[in-house]
Amino acid sequence: MLTIKNLQAKIGDKQILNGINLEVKPGEVHAIMGPNGSGKSTLASVLAGREEYEVTGGEVEFLGKDLLELEPEERAREGMFLAFQYPVEIPGVSTINFMKTAVNQIREHRGQPALDAVSFLGLMREKMKLVEIDQSLLNRSLNEGFSGGEKKRNEIFQMAMLEPKLAILDETDSGLDIDALKIVSNGVNKLRNKSNAVIVVTHYQRLLDYIVPDFVHVLYKGKIVKSGTKELALELEAKGYDWIKDEVSVA
Amino acid sequence: MSKDNQVLEELTSKEYEHGWTTNFETDSAPKGLNEDIIRFISSKKNEPEWLLEWRLSAYRQWTKMKEPTWPNVTYPPINYQDVIYYSAPKQKATPKNLEDVDPELIKTFEKLGISLTEQKRLTGVAVDAVIDSVSVATTFKETLGELGIIFCSFSEAVQKHPDLVKKYMGSVVPVNDNYFAALNSAVFTDGSFCYIPKGVRCPMELSTYFRINAANTGQFERTLIVADEGSYVSYLEGCTAPMRDENQLHAAVVEIYAMKDAQVKYSTVQNWYPGDKEGKGGIYNFVTKRGLCFGDGSKISWTQVETGSAITWKYPSCILKGDNSMGEFYSVAVTNNYQQADTGTKMIHIGKNTKSRIVSKGISAGHSQNSYRGQVHIMKRAEGARNFSQCDSLLMGDKCGAHTFPYIDVENNSAKIEHEATTSKIGEDQIFYCLQRGIDEESAVALIVNGYAKEVLNQLPMEFAVEAQKLLALTLEGSVG
Ligand SMILES: Nc1ncnc2c1ncn2[C@@H]1O[C@H](COP(=O)(O)OP(=O)(O)O)[C@@H](O)[C@H]1O
Ligand SMILES: [Mg+2]
Repeated sequence: MLTIKNLQAKIGDKQILNGINLEVKPGEVHAIMGPNGSGKSTLASVLAGREEYEVTGGEVEFLGKDLLELEPEERAREGMFLAFQYPVEIPGVSTINFMKTAVNQIREHRGQPALDAVSFLGLMREKMKLVEIDQSLLNRSLNEGFSGGEKKRNEIFQMAMLEPKLAILDETDSGLDIDALKIVSNGVNKLRNKSNAVIVVTHYQRLLDYIVPDFVHVLYKGKIVKSGTKELALELEAKGYDWIKDEVSVA
Repeated sequence: MSKDNQVLEELTSKEYEHGWTTNFETDSAPKGLNEDIIRFISSKKNEPEWLLEWRLSAYRQWTKMKEPTWPNVTYPPINYQDVIYYSAPKQKATPKNLEDVDPELIKTFEKLGISLTEQKRLTGVAVDAVIDSVSVATTFKETLGELGIIFCSFSEAVQKHPDLVKKYMGSVVPVNDNYFAALNSAVFTDGSFCYIPKGVRCPMELSTYFRINAANTGQFERTLIVADEGSYVSYLEGCTAPMRDENQLHAAVVEIYAMKDAQVKYSTVQNWYPGDKEGKGGIYNFVTKRGLCFGDGSKISWTQVETGSAITWKYPSCILKGDNSMGEFYSVAVTNNYQQADTGTKMIHIGKNTKSRIVSKGISAGHSQNSYRGQVHIMKRAEGARNFSQCDSLLMGDKCGAHTFPYIDVENNSAKIEHEATTSKIGEDQIFYCLQRGIDEESAVALIVNGYAKEVLNQLPMEFAVEAQKLLALTLEGSVG
């Protein structure tokens, strides 16, 4: 579904991604871990098509298309979803209104008619249950005055609404207490099926107890320096990142 | 929710969509302004002597006044002798009802989405349609008449209700109030008149639709709304003009007079032709709007969505004379390309426990300049007066300007005044967030801007809110990216 080959990217004069290789197949969950500043969010942003980042080399194929040729909104309509590490506030625009616009633009892209108010509401109710989110939150201005946990839950609600093929969750666990973490993970797990995939970006192995990855990759200084299975995450938890750093500097 | 989507879906046409002209024969005055022209206008309208004298006196005062230079706008000097002050579609006779109105005119309004045939019209709105200098039709007159509500063109009111006109005209905006008000008083041609009797709640929205059609013609309409004790009315005003390379002058006067416990809500969606992308052409919109809360407990609320005009100069105001009276001003002013707007309000607190609320949302894009200018004046007698003002500016791009000129004068220490102001930019972050959810850039801007202006748009009657949202989006098209 997603094939990243030797991806390099910079912002301003600063080279951040130094040759990323990654293959994600339908049905899989990949975790990307790594110390702060290693380039995890940058990778997510580059995949989502954020303009500030300049791709300086490499290729990305997404569902048979050259991803880097697509505009950000086209990537989203093709089924890529990014749950932001820092969700943005949009005053005066409710999540409901925002989602209605998004859902219908994506439907239009797929040649489907716009959802009428009743069907939209039905869809929304169903997805609300999934992440145990309250309608009163969805009526409020998007992310404005939301607690950290509410913002993250709202991101997953949006994911549920848009039913992406590939979801990238950027530190969705940060700012969540254990109950909220369970709810959010539970929501993500219910959304998983054979034909979609998830990339979970996280610092902590804690989240991976709930969203169990098939593969774990360690990103360091803009490169994937180690890949493994979920045991790697446990090892990282126990030993910290220093041994990886040492390994890299030895090599 | 659904209205937002409707807005987004209809975002297709790129240009000012009302820029066409209609060809019908017109009856015009020669260019220029002098006492003879005023006599010409007055006799065309078959006016009583007192009104002619009123006009002439206004004209004489105007000749001694100077065009204001304090607004934060620039334009080449206007040659007032190069303007046509009267232009009317030629009709065989004064139409008595819709069947007599020239079908070409009815079509003109239908093209604008304003149906003058009552059956087709949504029942909630009665319309007075004004083209160039005259009112061509007023709908639902009989229905309203049964309640004692008078809703007709200003000219008709002069003929049929001279006492009311004579009593209230100029009582809120005096002839010599300012340069453009004096000019209007001398040459005004038509407009709407509305009287709501004691205790009557007007069951439908009253609306005037103004259309400038003829070239080189100024539009000088006058609207007078009188709300008697305990009455209520919601009034809407809309306007468009063809695209023309030369600038056209529009200098209107709107007066609202509210008696004890009366409530008047006045909403405007201003969409005069703004000029082209290089700033050529467009309407000069120099308007005086004022409401007098004369009686205790009365309330006047202005809501405006200003998207059109090359230059806008207007300050819908409230004089809060009655005790416990209340004034409101809700405004969204959008400028793009080379548009200039200097707009705001005045709240003059005279009576005790008077309240006012100001919510102004400026949006500037392109090379435009957008100024909020507002005055809150608490007079000596206004014990316990309150004002809340919120003035926000939103900038798109870095070539435009947003300015705020708030003036606050307090002569009574018991007054409570709150003023909040913010300036923000549409963030790349916000746009990217929308894009990432599959929303294209233009819809993203429309969404963000409509969200920003929501508090004001919510004040508009439903039908107008949809139109206003579309207009905001249309005005800003192509202003990012
Ligand atoms: N907009 C930016 N401008 C300059 N440097 C940036 C910007 N975004 C990220 N960086 C830098 O790129 C590096 C990687 O950041 P990021 O991708 O956010 O890391 P992570 O998500 O792994 O913590 C960091 O050194 C960070 O300071
Ligand atoms: Mg990060």
